[in-house]
Amino acid sequence: MTDLLLYALTAGLLLVIPAGPLGSIILWQRMAYYGDTLAHSALLGVALGLLLDTQVEFTVIAVCVVLALVLGPLHRISGNNLDSLLGIAAHTSLALGLVSVSLQSGAIDLNAYLFGDILAVRASDLGLLAAISLLCTGLILWRWNALVAIATHRDLAQVEGLPVARLEILQMVLIALLVAVGMKIVGVLLISALLIIPAATAGRLSRTPEQVALGAIACGCLAVFGGLYSAWQLDTPAGPSIVVFAAALFFLLLPVGRSRRRV
Amino acid sequence: MSALVTLDKVTYSVGERRILDEISLSLTAGEITSLIGPNGAGKTTLVSLLLGLSQPSSGRVERQRGLRIGYMPQKLTLNAGLPLSVDRFLALTGAGSRARRESLELAGASQLVGHSMHGLSGGETQRVLLARALLAKPQLLVLDEPAQGVDISGQQELYAKISELRNQLGCAVLVVSHDLHWVMAQTDSVICLNRHICCHGHPQSISSDPGYLTLFGDKEAPVLAPYVHEHDHDHSMHGDVVDGGCQHD
Repeated sequence: MTDLLLYALTAGLLLVIPAGPLGSIILWQRMAYYGDTLAHSALLGVALGLLLDTQVEFTVIAVCVVLALVLGPLHRISGNNLDSLLGIAAHTSLALGLVSVSLQSGAIDLNAYLFGDILAVRASDLGLLAAISLLCTGLILWRWNALVAIATHRDLAQVEGLPVARLEILQMVLIALLVAVGMKIVGVLLISALLIIPAATAGRLSRTPEQVALGAIACGCLAVFGGLYSAWQLDTPAGPSIVVFAAALFFLLLPVGRSRRRV
Repeated sequence: MSALVTLDKVTYSVGERRILDEISLSLTAGEITSLIGPNGAGKTTLVSLLLGLSQPSSGRVERQRGLRIGYMPQKLTLNAGLPLSVDRFLALTGAGSRARRESLELAGASQLVGHSMHGLSGGETQRVLLARALLAKPQLLVLDEPAQGVDISGQQELYAKISELRNQLGCAVLVVSHDLHWVMAQTDSVICLNRHICCHGHPQSISSDPGYLTLFGDKEAPVLAPYVHEHDHDHSMHGDVVDGGCQHD
């Protein structure tokens, strides 16, 4: 019983650590919708995984990475075109995923994929999660300054000699990886919330980009604790509860942020 | 003097539309070149080709090997959720704290070091952008409308600063400018652009060039006055020159 909770807690914390800094960068780049699109496409990966009878995580990672690479160059197109393209990609892949899962024989609990099932995380899942969490965190730390520079002013960063195109691909792949592993925890519908909300909360309270990233990790951790507590005590669904706690934190800290904003 | 950047018959089109047509020019070390022209003349496009931010549809852009460029973009739109102090903004380049302090001093913005980027006035922001451009220890400084969003006294200070920096650092400067007074008095070479190069040369020779006169009239160069672009030639739907009115080569 306690093992179950311990695994869930570890999984949640492993997810929010890379999600903090990565979510901050997504916010700064105004790419929130990108995360959404990748997350929705993850369900297509699930369908593919079931079809090929392999481990679902790998097909999800594959689908997300492929989509990230296809959509990557589109990031530079601005305005309505991009919005509608992303919208079409997001919902088409979600719908396609739902349809192809339903066509397959055997009863599949779609809820587990849509909303996650952090309490179903087993010790064997933690290995992959830890590896990806470590990889993402390491890569973000390694190129942190460059990623912030690109989010600040892309052209300036490029003139200053940063390999902007390659770093943007790196960023896409990182999002794809996190979406793939986060699916198990909060589900495809809510994973981008866990990227965005803690970063938005911390962004209002911070004075440096590093504070935003660390603050986002802290908010994410609190949300995981709160969500799991509520799941354990009140029997609420764990994934959505985590997101509810993250959002509650955002709204609770709203007045605090405003008063310090323009000092 | 050797050319730092050379453009050879550079054409840039978006779809059917020609933004720039057969531009040839070169930037010489130590010289201030100003780029003037009406809105929509392709000035910013030309700058981005020069910087290598976009690639020409045809023609060649050659930069000297290892050329250090300092770039000051037209404007900086910071995301409200990205808190940055001036010093941290400069540190994004990876420059050390001493280099940051020095370049802020050069740009005349030392007092801003601890300020938040979000609270800066237009003029202060431009100073900080200038400081960041200087961090590259540039051989070529590219300034895209540096006076945009700066009040009039601030504009004159900023332009004086640019002339001063050229003398101090010996770098070449390319500046997109609307200030004809400064362009005529302080720059070594002027390029009038309106999708093609209407005229190009020393300010004195330019001001008697028919191409310039038709663009700006033969009045004395106005101080901080917006200019009116008078066409002596027509452009087709795609912006191509239909009747070559510029009476130069």
